[in-house]
Amino acid sequence: MLKRILTSRETLLVGAIILLLALISSRFPGFVAPSNLANVFNDTSPLILLAIGQMIVILTKCIDLSVAANLALTGMVVSMVNVAAPGLPIVVILMIAIGLGTILGMINGILVWKLAIPPIVVTLGTMTIFRGIIFVISDGKWVNSHEMSPAFKAFPRAEFLGLPVLGWIAIFAVIIFTIVMTRTTLGRAFHAAGGNPHAATYAGINVGKTQFCAFTISGALAGLTGYLWVSRFAVSYVDIAGGFELDVVAACVIGGVSIMGGIGTVTGALLGALFLGIIKNALPVVDISPFWQLAISGGAIIIAVALNAQANREKGRIILKRAEHAT
Amino acid sequence: MSTTDRFVPDRLQSPLEQRLKSWETLLLLVAIGIFVANSFASPYFLNAWNLSDATFNFTEKAMIAFAMALLIISGEIDLSVASIIALASTAMGAAVQMGVGMPGLVLIGLGVGLLCGAFNGLLVTRMGLPSIVVTIGTMSLFRGISFIVLGDQAFRGYPQSFSWFGQGYVWWVISFEFVLFAIIALIYAILLHKTNFGRAVYAIGNNATGAMFSGIRVQRVKFTLFLLTGLMSGVAAICLTARLGSTRPSIATGWELEIVTMVVLGGVSILGGSGTIIGVVIAAFVMGLVTFGLGLLNVPGIVMSIVIGALLIGVIALPRLWSMWRAR
Repeated sequence: MLKRILTSRETLLVGAIILLLALISSRFPGFVAPSNLANVFNDTSPLILLAIGQMIVILTKCIDLSVAANLALTGMVVSMVNVAAPGLPIVVILMIAIGLGTILGMINGILVWKLAIPPIVVTLGTMTIFRGIIFVISDGKWVNSHEMSPAFKAFPRAEFLGLPVLGWIAIFAVIIFTIVMTRTTLGRAFHAAGGNPHAATYAGINVGKTQFCAFTISGALAGLTGYLWVSRFAVSYVDIAGGFELDVVAACVIGGVSIMGGIGTVTGALLGALFLGIIKNALPVVDISPFWQLAISGGAIIIAVALNAQANREKGRIILKRAEHAT
Repeated sequence: MSTTDRFVPDRLQSPLEQRLKSWETLLLLVAIGIFVANSFASPYFLNAWNLSDATFNFTEKAMIAFAMALLIISGEIDLSVASIIALASTAMGAAVQMGVGMPGLVLIGLGVGLLCGAFNGLLVTRMGLPSIVVTIGTMSLFRGISFIVLGDQAFRGYPQSFSWFGQGYVWWVISFEFVLFAIIALIYAILLHKTNFGRAVYAIGNNATGAMFSGIRVQRVKFTLFLLTGLMSGVAAICLTARLGSTRPSIATGWELEIVTMVVLGGVSILGGSGTIIGVVIAAFVMGLVTFGLGLLNVPGIVMSIVIGALLIGVIALPRLWSMWRAR
């Protein structure tokens, strides 16, 4: 039991993160100051939120490449709503963001569930469609900081116990989805639908519907993040979070989520996101050009999948050996 | 679906009937329809030089699409093609700064393409990793290297003889790129439809285990396909770089989507196992005509991407909706 905990992917990742922090702090001690760590966590929160949704989607053998476009579209809609009606309370804005994100996620889900179109094709398509719609509704214009109402911008930055609301939302999402994934039938259905779709069908789980639920959750989280993103950066335009879907997939893969489905935890997605977030925040500190970041994410994805594949292969061998001893 | 088990026809469809009902025929009708619609919509459309210009919209993408078609038929995918273009173009740009001449540039472009393809292929075939994740990773890695090299700068100053690959005309309005596109289409059509290699590609896509037991070296064929896709990306990088005359790290952004759309629109099953080169050729014309026609009507590029995205989903969704409706 202890050995399993020590050699688990999560423990390894925690070790890697601590090592990374130790390396950075050996030259720049200020980086590990609590206030800066809170800063890094807050900065990584959007990635954590999206990675949780993506993890659930990947768990069901699908992939959602439209999350960043969903985020951008929802962000643009809520900021335009805010410009048109500055007096609207934040609760309503949040509801619009989550509602719109959910609908966009449901569109992906319906196409995958009812028409059985491969998820990669669906979400590649909706990714460009969502981006195009942003251009159409905004006419290519930006919504700038001075056009947004103060309350709209203040919400994610409001501090509570030293951590902004944005960070707290990520923490709540981690807690809620850990419970959903480990303590509910829906969570078990996600694992079953991706782990072995045929067995899941015989066990009475509607695989397509489960995938639909996964896309819906991913969409809802992307919508929520859309509002948080535009209000935190106080700007909204067509290309915000461009290419961010790759970071999200990278966070999942680094967090030990198997792209073949069935294997993955919320903790893994959280740690994968934190790993990338720390690298992203450390680059300017250790004086490496931000242009390195894309290549680093790419390299991290490849190394992580290679390690995952290796780990799964070894596990298979061990089972066989045990079976040999038993006979 | 269950009716196919019981229903045994006396006579199979005649070859002519089969051909008339095929996806390719339908696509050809669509292409002709778009052509006619375009010539009514804009007075500038029916002009030899304009039409020649329109071919540049798809020739480079189509070159990659042919190799991608084979890769998708075999059940794999390569999303890193646009990033290979960026990396190959960056390498050529760097070589120009060091004073490398035209033949050297071509070799570098092709070489980088092959290397990138080999890297993808090794990861997929040797380590047994899923191609979709590997190429999502290399998609950021390859373009990331271009960003490291170039940052916000650009490479310029390509020699005149090199520019010919992107801007030269072989005869009247027939550009070099268009001729190259036609030759490559022919080569791939022969490779896929007339050789053992092509049959192996279909066999792998339909049943990789069955193919292995039939004596096909599955991983070697797949590796070759990744090499070919890399090589074609190198060729496209040469043409595109020569045409634009400059290299930025954001070159060819989003092309992987358009190339996959082209392949799927051409009737290649995204699940592998079926598809033809002629379908991809017609799909290339359809996409080229649509983007060119919309361009003449002053529709901005990003709005065209809505059309491309809708096409991608629509071409797969419509036949399924149709068969669901008929099953009722």
